[in-house]
Amino acid sequence: MVEGRRVLLTGVAGQFGGLVARALEQRDDVLEIVGIDVREPQHELRRTEFVRADLRNPLVGRVLEAAAIDTVLHLSITSQPGAAGGRTSMKEHNVIGTMQLMAACQAAPRLERVVLKSTGAVYGSAHTDPALFSESSTPRIPPRTGFGKDASEAEGYVRTLGRRRRDVAVTVLRLANLVGPQVDSAFQSFFALPVLPTVAGFDPRLQFCHEEDAVGAHVHAATAATEGTVNVAGAGALYLSQAIRLAGRVPVPVPLPFVSALATALRRSGRADVAPDQLRMLQFGRVMDTTRLREEFGYTPAYTTHTAFDDFLERRRIRGMIDRDDAVRLERELYDFLQRKGQERFLESQRAVQEGRP
Amino acid sequence: MSDPAHSEAQVFSLDEQRAARDARSGSPPAAGRPRCVATTASGARCRNYAVEDGRCRVHVPTDADGEVARSRSAPRRSPGLAGGAVHPRAEGHPHPAVSGSRSGARASDADAAGDAGSAGDTGSAGDTGSAGDTGSAGDTGAAGDTGAHAADARAREASRSATASSGERQGSFAWAEAQLLQRGYLAAIDGLELLRDAADDRFLEALRGLVGFLRRRVTGAYEIDDFGFDEELTTKVLMPLLRPLHRHYWRVTSHGIEHVPEQSGALLVANHAGTLPADALITRLDVFDLTGRHARELGADLVFRTPVVGALARKTGATLASGDDADRLLASGELVAVWPEGFKGLGKPWKDRYKLQRFGRGGFVATASRAQVPIIPTAVVGSEEIYPMLFDLRIVARLLGFPYFPVVPQMFALPVLGPFALLPLPSKWIIEYGEPIDTASFGSDLAEDPMALFDLTDQVREQIQQMLQRNLMGRRSVFL
Repeated sequence: MVEGRRVLLTGVAGQFGGLVARALEQRDDVLEIVGIDVREPQHELRRTEFVRADLRNPLVGRVLEAAAIDTVLHLSITSQPGAAGGRTSMKEHNVIGTMQLMAACQAAPRLERVVLKSTGAVYGSAHTDPALFSESSTPRIPPRTGFGKDASEAEGYVRTLGRRRRDVAVTVLRLANLVGPQVDSAFQSFFALPVLPTVAGFDPRLQFCHEEDAVGAHVHAATAATEGTVNVAGAGALYLSQAIRLAGRVPVPVPLPFVSALATALRRSGRADVAPDQLRMLQFGRVMDTTRLREEFGYTPAYTTHTAFDDFLERRRIRGMIDRDDAVRLERELYDFLQRKGQERFLESQRAVQEGRP
Repeated sequence: MSDPAHSEAQVFSLDEQRAARDARSGSPPAAGRPRCVATTASGARCRNYAVEDGRCRVHVPTDADGEVARSRSAPRRSPGLAGGAVHPRAEGHPHPAVSGSRSGARASDADAAGDAGSAGDTGSAGDTGSAGDTGSAGDTGAAGDTGAHAADARAREASRSATASSGERQGSFAWAEAQLLQRGYLAAIDGLELLRDAADDRFLEALRGLVGFLRRRVTGAYEIDDFGFDEELTTKVLMPLLRPLHRHYWRVTSHGIEHVPEQSGALLVANHAGTLPADALITRLDVFDLTGRHARELGADLVFRTPVVGALARKTGATLASGDDADRLLASGELVAVWPEGFKGLGKPWKDRYKLQRFGRGGFVATASRAQVPIIPTAVVGSEEIYPMLFDLRIVARLLGFPYFPVVPQMFALPVLGPFALLPLPSKWIIEYGEPIDTASFGSDLAEDPMALFDLTDQVREQIQQMLQRNLMGRRSVFL
């Protein structure tokens, strides 16, 4: 029998889940891929078997058993209440779904590895934050609601599984905001707005993770012997103001008291699905330390935060009022102009000397 | 930016370009080549390279043929820019590659300027080209160094516009120039030239720098570090704004800068006073001007909660006064500055001036000993007098959520002077960087030994207090 992993993916119908599934299909050391979701995947999957089931369904346990799954990739924790059908069902899915899945995992004898796609939102976002969050740092003000809270509860269940089943290696990947050509995220819809609302007087540092790197990290976690909690993000940071300039957009500073009302209006109108807990990101931002990702976990991201964002802008064709290439060209033309003026002036003086004029 | 198309425009150092070109072509560095012996119109020495008889291409004695050539290409343009169309001839030194492109550019300008007789200008293309080339090297010291790509681009553009209408060049600078000329807006162009003449060729360099800077800021093509430190913004915008205060308003004199290490990590510990944390900014600027190092400030969390102030603090490289951040900065060999008195020092009443408050809980000593870096006690004299705090309106402070609400003498002048009254007083400042206190000798377990930690904290505090007293005795008056 050929050596290889037998992988179960949750959230395979999502854009990110689909990318991970396709990346795993490319690998020779992955023998079998089973995808679970409540929706049918819209994307092409070649050798992934799809099981339509809710995570809370006991069917999941039977699938684990029947397919002799040894690796579980739990990717279905969602950040967007709109897509999940409201905050209540989002929480139901994120937290209770993870709880049930972990219960099923605990009962699966062949299981060796569990990977959870978590988020940097578990660190919260506050003015008391350290400049860089390392995996061991605890949030000064932990997230009390929303996505961050869901993710930290899900992390709790996964860790509990690791404690109860010592033979199961548990990896938690805390992702920064995803950017990339295919995966939609809250930030993607934010940068698609005609003008970008910011919180007046605040300029958060943002960190991005390119979707290719996120997929790569998950594939690495599924196939290599890894364990523990790891931050996954592109190195470095961007200020929101800088990102807006890179995108060539116009910022509209909104005074703090009106920010949440505006976010609600945007959500109602369906233009941007920004959850209230993500608004604090616009105030204080968050940057994670990615040393462990590179040195212990053994995955080096192909993109830094800056290049990931550039790639995102390019592939999504986000073009603003000021085009960067135009700016460079204009600058060069101005140089040339000044240079020619200098030459003309000089030549005139030369001519004056040679003609003996004063 | 890793993108080559963008980074290309950011290379402004002409010396670098020149050195790179010399290295490529294998020719000796610029300094070694003989210069032209002639003098220019302004009476200065010609700075072109000599090519023949100790003279440059421009100053090579011309013959009759040259005269003819010049008269043929005589200007039909307005007097203000007449020089542009006229060029001395330098027949003996053809310059095929570059000259072609440059002359093309010139011809196209004449064309765009509405000069009907463009044939004459294009006819003299060969001459103008080489002359333009030499001129560039001499006058601006900068002009000759355009990348070949730029010249090529110009050549292509020029050849196109020489035949096509000038409308094709819409949006380009040359087009704007032509429009200005056509409509007789010579003042604008003359003004630009006047400015340039006033500042000589440094003006071009400065303008280039400014334009590049603006472009980078507007398009976001700059880098920040993980802590959010925007070095370009800090050194090019914020520090120059602060420098007049440092040099002329508070007339800072400092000594003991040799105690600040040039490379390795160190923890600068200073007293804090003056209601507003001006001393932190000025000390930071002083250290930067003397050593070129950025002292990364550790600030209270209140700073980062405050709108505008918090964002600016991050951009200047300040970060939260927490163990994590300080450890990280010191581990990477940065110079870190901390004001352990915090708001207790800033908001102390006038009667307590130059009396150091409690030095926090000694966390800075633990941090320094963990990182095995020296502590540099720093005393700032003068900062107490900028806003002497007469009372602290605690009730108002509590209502507004401030740590204190000062009543300073300047407030009584508000009805008379208006907002100008609130300027800080121009006290004379003295900064002393003291003898470094070595924490490495205590071993790394100092952080685990509270008694030793408190002892060392007191030692630092005592040393700063002594330095303050010494400098207070030494000063003649508060303001002089």
